[in-house]
Amino acid sequence: MIPTSFILILSAIIFTIGAVGVLVRRNALIIFMSVEMMLNSVNLTLVALANQWGNLTGQIFAFIVIAVAAVEVAVGLAIIIAIVRHKDTTNIDEVHLLKG
Amino acid sequence: MSFLSFVILAFLALLTALGVILSKNAVYSALSLLAHFLVIALLYFELSAQFLGIVQVIVYAGAVVVLFLFVIMLIGGTITPVSHKSRTHARIGASVLGALFLLGLMVVLFAGLPSGGAPVGAPDAGSVQAVAGPLYTTYLLPFELASVLLLAGMLGGIVLALKERKSVKTKD
Repeated sequence: MIPTSFILILSAIIFTIGAVGVLVRRNALIIFMSVEMMLNSVNLTLVALANQWGNLTGQIFAFIVIAVAAVEVAVGLAIIIAIVRHKDTTNIDEVHLLKG
Repeated sequence: MSFLSFVILAFLALLTALGVILSKNAVYSALSLLAHFLVIALLYFELSAQFLGIVQVIVYAGAVVVLFLFVIMLIGGTITPVSHKSRTHARIGASVLGALFLLGLMVVLFAGLPSGGAPVGAPDAGSVQAVAGPLYTTYLLPFELASVLLLAGMLGGIVLALKERKSVKTKD
């Protein structure tokens, strides 16, 4: 058995990679993928702590997070499609007008 | 989980995570994301969360990445090249901010690491039967609310992505 702290450190690094991806990339799709990666790393933390304490609450929390992330992907990709249809770009630097 | 399998999985997870944010082509990013989700699913299995591992494969690898690929194919994977000169400063700033953020996370982590010794998770702690118990009793309300959320998300996705028709037939 490896210590839970290793997994917590791993998920912290993955979270940071996702955050840097959100900051660096300008393509809305890749920013979205980075957000998914960050959600996933938090799920990994929840599962690791559920394993640490022998308590299933963390796993159920992660399950709910997966459901919410699935909804978020569906709505977010629909918004990206609407933006592309309207402005013909996925570069978020060009989508800066609130009135669209 | 043996130490060797953890090291291999952690290395693969970091490699695929970097592949997502460093690929030039959005399709390669999506495929790296697929590999990343599969590696995380293997980590779930190693952490005796079998049910969540399966859910991860079905929902993330099966549905989310396929949806991403559909959208990339729909709007075209070609990414308009951005001027590199203006982006260099932002890139350096983002990397510095990321390093600082990671440092802060590590400080918090090492200050509050669980000192409970070895993990106590039982081998079948994450089986379908074990997860279903609390999910349908203690946490029934969030579970039902998630179904309402899924319905709302489905309707929202359809409304947002539906192509506007120029000529709407009105019955009157």
